[in-house]
Amino acid sequence: MTSELDIFVGNTTLIDEDVYRLWLDGYSVSDAVSLRVRSGILEQTGATAAVLQSDTMDHYRTFHMLERLLHAPPKLLHQLIFQIPPSRQALLIERYYAFDEAFVREVLGKKLSKGTKKDLDDISTKTGITLKSCRRQFDNFKRVFKVVEEMRGSLVDNIQQHFLLSDRLARDYAAIVFFANNRFETGKKKLQYLSFGDFAFCAELMIQNWTLGAVDSQVADMDVDLDKEFLQDLKELKMLVADKDLLDLHKSLVCTALRGKLGVFSEMEANFKNLSRGLVNVAAKLTHNKDVRDLFVDLVEKFVEPCRSDHWPLNDVRLFLNQYSASVHSLDGFRHQALWDRYMGTLRGCLLRLYHD
Amino acid sequence: MPGKLKVKIVAGRHLPVMDRASDLTDAFVEVKFGNTTFKTDVYLKSLNPQWNSEWFKFEVDDEDLQDEPLQITVLDHDTYSANDAIGKVYIDIDPLLYSEAATVISGWFPIYDTIHGIRGEINVVVKVDLFNDLNRFRQSSCGVKFFCTTSIPKCYRAVIIHGFVEELVVNEDPEYQWIDRIRTPRASNEARQRLISLMSGELQRKIGLKVLEMRGNAVVGYLQCFDLEGESGLVVRAIGTACTLDKLSSPAAFLPACNSPSKEMKESPLVHPPSHGCRSTHNSPIHTATGSRLTQNFSVSVPTLIYTGMGSGSAGKEGGPFKALLRQQTQSALEQREFPFFTLTAFPPGFLVHVGGVVSARSVKLLDRIHNPDEPETRDAWWAEIRQEIKSHAKALGCHAVVGYSESTSICEEVCILSASGTAAVLNPRFLQDGTVEGCLEQRLEENLPVGCGFCHIPYDELNMPFPAHLTYCYNCRKQKVPDVLFTTVDLPTDATVIGKGCLIQARLCRLKKKAQAEANATAISNLLPFMEYEVHTQLMNKLKLKGMNALFGLRIQITVGENMLMGLASATGVYLAALPTPGGIQIAGKTPNDGSYEQHISHMQKKINDTIAKNKELYEINPPEISEEIIGSPIPEPRQRSRLLRSQSESSDEVTELDLSHGKKDAFVLEIDDTDAMEDVHSLLTDVPPPSGFYSCNTEIMPGINNWTSEIQMFTSVRVIRLSSLNLTNQALNKNFNDLCENLLKSLYFKLRSMIPCCLCHVNFTVSLPEDELIQVTVTAVAITFDKNQALQTTKTHVEKSLQRASTDNEELLQFPLELCSDSLPSHPFPPAKATSVDYSSFADRCSSWIELIKLKAQTIRRGSIKTTVTVEKASPMGEGNFRNRSAPPCANSTVGVVKMTPLSFIPGAKITKYLGIINMFFIRETTSLREEGGVSGFLHAFIAEVFAMVRAHVAALGGNAVVSYIMKQCVFMENPNKNQAQCLINVSGDAVVFVRESELEVVSTQQPTANCQPSCTGGEVTT
Repeated sequence: MTSELDIFVGNTTLIDEDVYRLWLDGYSVSDAVSLRVRSGILEQTGATAAVLQSDTMDHYRTFHMLERLLHAPPKLLHQLIFQIPPSRQALLIERYYAFDEAFVREVLGKKLSKGTKKDLDDISTKTGITLKSCRRQFDNFKRVFKVVEEMRGSLVDNIQQHFLLSDRLARDYAAIVFFANNRFETGKKKLQYLSFGDFAFCAELMIQNWTLGAVDSQVADMDVDLDKEFLQDLKELKMLVADKDLLDLHKSLVCTALRGKLGVFSEMEANFKNLSRGLVNVAAKLTHNKDVRDLFVDLVEKFVEPCRSDHWPLNDVRLFLNQYSASVHSLDGFRHQALWDRYMGTLRGCLLRLYHD
Repeated sequence: MPGKLKVKIVAGRHLPVMDRASDLTDAFVEVKFGNTTFKTDVYLKSLNPQWNSEWFKFEVDDEDLQDEPLQITVLDHDTYSANDAIGKVYIDIDPLLYSEAATVISGWFPIYDTIHGIRGEINVVVKVDLFNDLNRFRQSSCGVKFFCTTSIPKCYRAVIIHGFVEELVVNEDPEYQWIDRIRTPRASNEARQRLISLMSGELQRKIGLKVLEMRGNAVVGYLQCFDLEGESGLVVRAIGTACTLDKLSSPAAFLPACNSPSKEMKESPLVHPPSHGCRSTHNSPIHTATGSRLTQNFSVSVPTLIYTGMGSGSAGKEGGPFKALLRQQTQSALEQREFPFFTLTAFPPGFLVHVGGVVSARSVKLLDRIHNPDEPETRDAWWAEIRQEIKSHAKALGCHAVVGYSESTSICEEVCILSASGTAAVLNPRFLQDGTVEGCLEQRLEENLPVGCGFCHIPYDELNMPFPAHLTYCYNCRKQKVPDVLFTTVDLPTDATVIGKGCLIQARLCRLKKKAQAEANATAISNLLPFMEYEVHTQLMNKLKLKGMNALFGLRIQITVGENMLMGLASATGVYLAALPTPGGIQIAGKTPNDGSYEQHISHMQKKINDTIAKNKELYEINPPEISEEIIGSPIPEPRQRSRLLRSQSESSDEVTELDLSHGKKDAFVLEIDDTDAMEDVHSLLTDVPPPSGFYSCNTEIMPGINNWTSEIQMFTSVRVIRLSSLNLTNQALNKNFNDLCENLLKSLYFKLRSMIPCCLCHVNFTVSLPEDELIQVTVTAVAITFDKNQALQTTKTHVEKSLQRASTDNEELLQFPLELCSDSLPSHPFPPAKATSVDYSSFADRCSSWIELIKLKAQTIRRGSIKTTVTVEKASPMGEGNFRNRSAPPCANSTVGVVKMTPLSFIPGAKITKYLGIINMFFIRETTSLREEGGVSGFLHAFIAEVFAMVRAHVAALGGNAVVSYIMKQCVFMENPNKNQAQCLINVSGDAVVFVRESELEVVSTQQPTANCQPSCTGGEVTT
């Protein structure tokens, strides 16, 4: 006796959250069944393995049919074939677009192209995430990227509107899109200690302050591309380190203000010029695409690592950066106060986030 | 031109890409009705076209309006080649033809293609302007309402239940016409869909005409079926119960009808002009009676004694004058009808007087080509023959009517088994005649009996029983005789007293049969049928005993014929009726008493069986109160099995054999294990696993013993097909496979729905088909309803008190409204007949005991006050929680697609149905030539059923409804050819589209529209004239 056909169709589509999770994680039906068996569900419900197999198959088939709709979530809301309560629809979408930290760290900042897709095999082996799940996550990134890439208006709003994601997840996707578009390097060994959350935090600050959207909210690509003019202008900051008097004055202002307040004052005093040069040179280099990509590598090399090697506590870093940015206002010979604030305001936030072990 | 149909095509969305080059579509729409076609403009390059067309107007006869569906075709415009069809929408405009139903059809419909399934949606608005038609000889029957619901629809009141209507139309099946060889599968499927739609429209119109002839205005329990006879043609047939319905003014108003007798008096003769001689004799004394005393009231019913002389007189001599009287009244009412059948399964209180038992008839026929579609006489004659048989079986049981009546067929190649079954019953004549008692159905009209047991009392003559049976005095009233077991095809009457809970009981059986041709095949099948019936019956009986129960409701026996086997599947809901005696256990006896180990085995089995019975009693909370024997004075006799199933089968109608299913003199409780077969039987008895805790199941509308439903419902369809290994198939192996298939299916359902616990699967409907040699297909449709567990515990704890309460409250109803009762002058009265008739025939002792009963009841009535308050408190809590649950759920307004509930039941728990919008009757074909790509057979059928649900929901929503009740999937014919990568499936579904309002919202609604309440009482009259 073999089962040729075995289906269950409810007027309200049944969604089993556990099975959905297994499906999203890319397990085959048989793997999913054995995982469910291990979860002790048979003992709880008194069901047999055959029942579980049939149930799992059925859910997988439903998810497979739903997948087409999940690619364009508003369709899921308007379609008539599956009657699903709104709360469940939201759950289906949110979970479908959720991603693994390990996976996103591998892909973040890479071009979302066929080439990268071919590397998914390696990523799968490296992260232990099934290839199927890697593909889904990659395709999600790519799909969101394609849709919002050339849209007007706020990136987060666009993502939310077209993919009906929660605010949190939409922000994450905005970061992914932003990174993919600007191709920031995140894979270097010295950046491994950083989490996706660190990058997403920086991305948000950069979107808010460094993109076209920060000055004009009616441009296409406004949140995706950095403001080229702004990057050009950043060259002007170079005088802060090139002009020796200005640099000395800046140093003395900072040192005076922080004396007695920093545990690592002497180290700061000794390193001031190096750190300042580092930070200003990063700004000055941003006209080149190559250097934009290396932004995070540079920040870590030029600032995070020197401070860390001197064991600066986070609070000292904060005090230093605050004073460092603020003191520029007292430099009479320096005219680019607004530019400095736009640059340093964001950078200060990023550096504080990046400064950890 | 009695009608103008207006159609507007608004927009489309989610259309498929038809032009690969641009990834877009140039869509336009053709709107066709009858022979007229209109087209919209082409909307270029869009997947979401906005046509916003003008109103397309069709001027048509109302006959066509009833027969023809509106056909909307969406196409892709192509300048150089033929336009490609995207898909179609068929809209049945029938709901727009009754005054009370929908006024407009407007909404998004899925665009359906028989090869690709649903391909986007289209927004359509449809309206109908009907002109008054003065032609009396018209062919249309606009205005007759149709209901699939097999009880009086919730917001209506039955004025008269006229009786059985049936009709049948035949045609050639387009799939088998010569032209099918040269046309595409799509064209062939569409021809078939269209033909069936036309045929069912025609059928409905013809049935409507019959109803109008009977002076009714509605068909209740309408069941339409298709017989795909292959080469020999296509038959569409329907049965139903004609009624005159009156819309209730407001859902809350149940009693007011009785408060205005004067109005009723004046109106009734006008609305229903006397058509039968008997009517006036009922009417005149009743309506002129001004006094309102019990005695006087009884006296007015005396004139009805006139009938004693008129009836056949053969039946009911011993039943007492009253019974005879009642029977004759009923008889005279029913004799005017060819077939006194009712497709209803639930009735107004007092309608069902006695139940005789299940009657069924089957007949094996050889199909031949239908030569002339306009003369469907052969098929008509076949059914007439079977109905005649049913009628005579009912007569043999001392009954004049058959309720819960249904018909079905099973076809394999050229052999067809026609089956009909129902429950023989004695009905209260008041409901069957014109004008006798208007309204007042709510009033209890028992004879001399306390509540809840009257229907169990035997209708046949005790001394002249149609079959050997064992009778005892009713355990409830102690006055009338009852059988030891009762089988019926109807739902449990609402006033029946049940102990504990019910459960789904199934008998499953397979029999191998040699492959044969034509007559030889038909003969082989006819020979097997009696054995199958016998075994199915034995299985049911044994399983019922094993559950410790004594009655079956909703019994449905399906016999399916295949190439090389016959399958029997019987489903029913077992209950313990308080009025019937406690069932005995099951004894096992061996045939070889000398063998010691065998003896041991037997006793082991016996112990297992006894344990199971005990366990089941606990599980279903069956603990009948101990009754001391002295009260009745008659010893409870040893129960013996007795069959209430009369059946016969005939081949080509020339031979009618009757089978006595009562096992002769053998005690049915003894199972003799004399061979392996019997052993298997016993084993199979014990393999049925009860549902996991928190789950109950039944195939009736609601589960006896559960009455605290919460609002969550989940309707589902599950289909399974298994392939049997063809090697050495034996009956046992086959039985085991089939049994496992059904059991596993149930287990899967329990598992899938575990999140709803505590819940009950209601209206579990199994259908078996044998699509190919080694394939068995089982289709199940049911609804899971949640209930409040705490409440359930409370009620069970106090179930004895409750039954007392029930008796007292019922009694209270009688006492509380004596004046209304009398002023309405019922022909028979609750109390007096007992006293009056007892003088004639009863012994003094009997009379005393009945007095004692009466005094007891009165005593309970006095106590009722305190009890009643506790009842209301109990009832209040689950409702409150239900509401809370509703509100905590996210509001539907968030979703762009309105939720449409579907249920096979006639009601929606926690809600009131405020409007019936019309019948939904849809037929779809889906075919694929890329089976593997669509996920194999499971993927294909899963998607198709989901699409069917979607189309039903879309139609209901477009009618302005939010639910389908009495939903049924009548057919699901699935054929596959995996080698060719092809599959085809036909599905036919029906139900009633309704608007429901949550009980929590109801109060607001009713206060908002006080004006709407005044009109409905007159609408019924308008329609009938």
